[in-house]
Parts: sequence; C-alpha cells; structure tokens
Amino acid sequence: MNQPASAYFIEDRHDPNETHTLAVLVQNEPGVLARVIGLFSGRGYNIESLTVSETESQKHLSRITIVTTGTPMVIEQIKHQLDRMIPVYRVVDMTLTKRSIERELAMVKVRGQGEHRVEALRLADAFRARVIDATTESFVFEITGNTDKINQFIDLMRPLGLVEVSRTGVAAIGRGPEGM
Amino acid sequence: MSDKSHDPNQMTGAAMIVRALIDHGVKDIFGYPGGAVLPIYDEIFQQSEVQHILVRHEQGAGHAAEGYARSTGKPGVVVVTSGPGATNMVTPLTDALMDSIPLVCITGQVPTHLIGNDAFQECDTVGITRPCTKHNWLVRDVNDLAKVLHEAFYVATSGRPGPVLVDVPKDVQFATGTYHPPRKSDVHRSYAPRVKGDATQIRKAVALLANAKRPVIYSGGGVINSGPEATKLLRELVEVTGFPITSTLMGLGAYPASGKNWLGMLGMHGTYEANMTMHDCDVMLCVGARFDDRITGRVDAFSPGSKKIHIDIDPSSINKNIRVDVPIIGDCGNILGDILQVFKAEAKKPDIKAWWQQIAQWRARNSLFYKKSNDVILPQYAIQRLFELTRGRDTYITTEVGQHQMWAAQFFGFEEPHRWMTSGGLGTMGYGLPAAVGVQVAHPDSLVIDIAGDASVQMTIQEMSTAVQYELPIKIFILNNQYMGMVRQWQQLLHGNRLSHSYSEALPDFVKLAEAYGGVGIRAHKPADLDGAIKEMISVKRPVLFDCRVAALENCFPMIPSGKAHNEMLLPEQANDEATATAFAGGKALV
Repeated sequence: MNQPASAYFIEDRHDPNETHTLAVLVQNEPGVLARVIGLFSGRGYNIESLTVSETESQKHLSRITIVTTGTPMVIEQIKHQLDRMIPVYRVVDMTLTKRSIERELAMVKVRGQGEHRVEALRLADAFRARVIDATTESFVFEITGNTDKINQFIDLMRPLGLVEVSRTGVAAIGRGPEGM
Repeated sequence: MSDKSHDPNQMTGAAMIVRALIDHGVKDIFGYPGGAVLPIYDEIFQQSEVQHILVRHEQGAGHAAEGYARSTGKPGVVVVTSGPGATNMVTPLTDALMDSIPLVCITGQVPTHLIGNDAFQECDTVGITRPCTKHNWLVRDVNDLAKVLHEAFYVATSGRPGPVLVDVPKDVQFATGTYHPPRKSDVHRSYAPRVKGDATQIRKAVALLANAKRPVIYSGGGVINSGPEATKLLRELVEVTGFPITSTLMGLGAYPASGKNWLGMLGMHGTYEANMTMHDCDVMLCVGARFDDRITGRVDAFSPGSKKIHIDIDPSSINKNIRVDVPIIGDCGNILGDILQVFKAEAKKPDIKAWWQQIAQWRARNSLFYKKSNDVILPQYAIQRLFELTRGRDTYITTEVGQHQMWAAQFFGFEEPHRWMTSGGLGTMGYGLPAAVGVQVAHPDSLVIDIAGDASVQMTIQEMSTAVQYELPIKIFILNNQYMGMVRQWQQLLHGNRLSHSYSEALPDFVKLAEAYGGVGIRAHKPADLDGAIKEMISVKRPVLFDCRVAALENCFPMIPSGKAHNEMLLPEQANDEATATAFAGGKALV
C-alpha cells in the first residue's frame, strides 16, 4: 500500500478474521455491562452476540457471553483488555477450549393460512421447535439450538410468513465436570 | 443509637473523605470548589493536615496532581465539583491513563434523588469518565464510602498505576455513616495484579541475553513507576551485561544520560544510534514500555531480526502492536531482580565489542547536530544552555507538547528518575505549567522548570495565578518561535508548506503578562544574552515567565518519516527541501 502523508503509520492487515465465544465472569455491580460494551466500541472490536444475566445471586456474580470476530492478535487483545477490568474475575475463550456447548433461544412469529401454515408447523416439528402461542392465523415458535440451526429455521420460515424474531444471543458452557 | 453518637467512626460523608485522605498519607490536594462539593470544602476548612491548592481551572488541578504524582511516586489527589468541574477533568484523567499516573479524583454530584433529572450542574460523571479512568465509582450510600475510597487508592497505585474517580452525591456527603480505616477486604476480589514473573520465562530471557551478539535494552516509564528499586536494578543489569540502553520519552532518567551505555532516546525524534541499534539488534529487552507507534515506526519493518523479551505488568500491553518471543508479566523491579540473579549465577558478560564498534559508527553521524548562530538563539542551544546552567542543581523539568518537548528530551540530560514530567501518550498541550505547579508543591525548595512553547503555554496560562498565590517559584521557559512549531513542521513536510492556522498571531507580551499576574518576566533575544538571563531566572525566587525568542523556522530532527522504518531516519544534514520531499513522497490523506 502506498503510505499517505500522515503522522500515523497505516498498516495493511491481512490476517484472516476468526470468530470466538468468550465467557466473562464479572462482579454484578452498576455499570459493569457499560464497561464491557464501552471497551468494545471504544477500541473498535466487534460484538456479534452478547448475553448477560446474574448467575450466582449470593455472590453477585454475572456471566457475560460474547461472540466476537477479529484477527488472532485482536482476539488476544480483547481477552487481556477484558481481564484487566477491575470487576472482571475471569475470561475464558470457549472457542479455544474446543469443548464447549453453545445454545441460543429464539421466539419466531409466523403468520399465514392454508398450506403455508401446515408447512410451518411441519418444519417446526422437524426442528424440535415448540408452539408457545397460536391463533387461527399465526404461531409463535420457541426454538433452541446453536446459532446455525436457528438461522436455518428462520430462513425456512421467511417464505412461510415470518413476522418477527426475538433471540437471546449465545450462552456457552464447557463440557465435563469442571467449572470455568 | 445513643452510644453510636460517641463512636468516633460515626461521621458525615464529607468528613469521611477528608479522613480517608489523611489515612492514606495525603498531604496536598488540588481542587476547585462548587455547589456539589461544598460539604467537603467545609471539612477541608476545619482541619490543617491536608493542604488544599486552589487552581484556576479544573484541568489545571488534574495536571498539577499528575506532576505531583510523577515527581513523588505518590498518588495525586483532586477534588472538583459536579458538571463542568467533572468534564474539565476529562483531559487530565485521560492523560494520566495513557501515561499510567496514579490519580484519585473526587467529584461532587447532584443529590441522588436528582440524578437523571438534568439538574443544575449535573452530568453523567461515571459514564463520561469510564473510558478515561482505570476504574470509577458512584457512591449512593454513605456506608459504602469508606470502602470505596480505600479501594480507589489501592486501584490507583497498584498494578499498572492509573487514574480513578469517586463520584459522591451531595446528600451522601451530608449523610452520617460509619467510617473504617483502610483494610484488605476493601478491594474487589477480582482485582489481583500479578507482581512476580514466571520463572521459566525468566530463564528463557536470560538464555537469550547471555547469547546475544547485538543486544539492546529498551526501557520505559514502567521502570520509573515501579519505584527506586527498579531503577537501581536496571542500572545494575546494564553494568553486569554491558549492553547498550535506550529509552522512551516516558522512561528518561531511569538510566543516567551521562552513563556510558546510553544511546539517547529512541523513536520518531530519537537519536540515529538508538534507532539503528533497535533495528539491527538480535536480542531486545523491553522493560516497562509498550511499543507505542511513536517508537516503532513502520511495524512490519520494526527490528526484523531480533528476539524480543517484553516485561510488563499489564498483560494487554503484550503482543498489542509487536509480537514478542518471551513475554514476562509482572512488576519490572521484581522481574529485573530475578533476571539479574539468574544471569549472575549462570551467565557471563557476552562479548559484544563488534556491536559497540558498529554503534560508535552510528553515533559518529551526530544526529542531533544543528547549526549554531551568533545572531539568533537556536531552540536546541537554549535547552543546552538551560541544562548546563542548571547542572548539579536539584532540578525538575516539565514540558508542554510539541517541538520544544522533543528538543528538551533530546538535549536535557536526565540523571535520575522522577525528574522529567511530560505528556507522552495523550500529548496534552497545556500540561507543563500546571504540572510544574504540582511538582513545586511537592518539592518547595527545588528548581522546577516548565520548558514550554508559545502556543502550548497559553492553554493553561491562568495557573500562573495559582503559582503566585502559593508563592511557588516555578520557571516557565518559553521557546517562543511564534508558531505551533510541530504542526508547522508537519505542514511543511506533508502538506505542501501550506501553514494552515499554525502561526501564533497576536501573542501576548509574556513579560508584561508575567507582571500582570504578579510574577517576573524575563526576555532574551540574542545568544549572547541567554546565559545571563537564565541565571537571573534561576536566582529569582518567584514565578517567572521567560520569553526566549528563538529561530522561528527551526525544525526538529532527526526524524523517522511516517511509514518508514528505524533505519530510514531523516538526519539533520539531509533535511533539505529535496530530501524531505522524497522521504515523504506518497499520497495524501488526513489522519
């Protein structure tokens, strides 16, 4: 690349991006989520998915699951930057452990009649989605699974009268007896 | 309840704040009163253990506290009011975060029931300062205040130091609660910075150092932050190994400038020998520095043939800009001690005579050369004279940001740490004058000089009034070239010599300005007058504005042009118009 006349060196970056799922255990205190999100926006990192909830209320611990993309060097930076925050206990790269399970829940509203309605129900059954609300012209399906499965289900519902989708984002946990 | 009224630990939130300052050994604080901190100021008024320095603008309080912290190694403390008081602190907080300076900032906030109502002088202080502090807290319950204050001091000063902020609503300052002295459990269990380096990594590092043919030590501000022991150990390591050493802007003084292994500063305006040594080395030991972009130049051509060892207390500094081979996470002093111990036990001084001969050839290029003149004061000459005439004195130097800052770094030799206060990471024009105020408060009998530029100094010139009020005899040595020199230099080199708004039009008469503030004004035009004027400045026991009229168009060299590597420096004798045009050839872009 021809360097422009600038006070900064502008680097060509060719490293391929990777997608990683990070589990972050934090002290549940005011502003902790803002800190984590602010880190991502402030340093130009990507958030593909973010899931937060208190997981141990006595200890005031929350677990944040973040799916992010970046070059290997950026992913490493993200983990270190998260880890050095004062209320962060641990950061675990679930993708690197290769032994983690990821799930997402989605509620999918489909509106239609006749053959479309029957087809939607048939597909829902094949995907093990449950009907949690129904009217004579609509369904709300509840589906859990990994991100790919949910994307696939939503794509199939689109021509059958997809109205809207609400997704939780990814939650992840390691296999085996050990905790994070 | 009745026996509680006799409990000495029952007090108001405002009293707790002053009490916590005393418990943490704070002697001086910098601040500016306002509606949301009046209860704290009332407490300050009724005691004499903590001295309060009234600044003229909250930014001045922040930089003064930074100067105080950097010259003492102790945290700097600031008290400002809500709203504009807090927003005016954003610059010094960011500055302190970039340069790892421990600050504890206490801000007033509107009463808790008004938070979120757009009340008078309300702002989202913790929201605004979240990205520019190491950590911050909003205290909603007076019974949490003692714990938060103690944790604030701990977080600011431990690990990689940095600024913290505690936001205290006015009703919490008025409310009565229970205070407790500092104790271990005041700190988040999730915060435990690593101090000791990994033994395996240390052995790997020593093996590299012991077999090096072309080694270099590259040290940074982390060595100074780590404390006097780290400085001592760094010097010992240089002695034991015989390696050449260079340093970042922030690290000047850790190794003495008069030391025989000293290469001078490295980086964009570093010496030729320092940058060439970095480029051609086979083993690099980076201690408490962070491969900043002003240091590395072109990253894909940075020291291509070397194995790199990186000691840093902050894991996020490792592999951020440059991939290293042996990272060691922990405190510089601690790790240097371990490296020395292993080195002394298992290795002997490597023979690097050929390397030193090569370095001598680079040195002979005399990259800090400039043409002296009998008619006009060259800025480099002014710094050299200032250095010579203050040699042997108990001197502290602060700077603003720009050409004068680089010349000060190049031509003023620092023998000890904590003597050089400059805004490195953020590059804050207006840092030096208030920083000098803070340094002088900490060292009332020392000679404190702010090496300034005519543009920078006007950004916080109002703190002259603070210096006069507290009889702080700071010396503001202005290299007055009537330009924003560094901006102009870049415009000359990169923007076709179109000097867009970089001329200091309508400069004040600095001598009269000094007198208007109740200080002393001194001016020097000619090289022959310079020594006498500097001596006069030193002998005056009052704040001085020294208007040193220097060559207007002098530029700062040597220089690594953008997009170039360490071995492509532009040296002063090459810096004619044609050479600069070639060196900077390329497209045009605005970054």
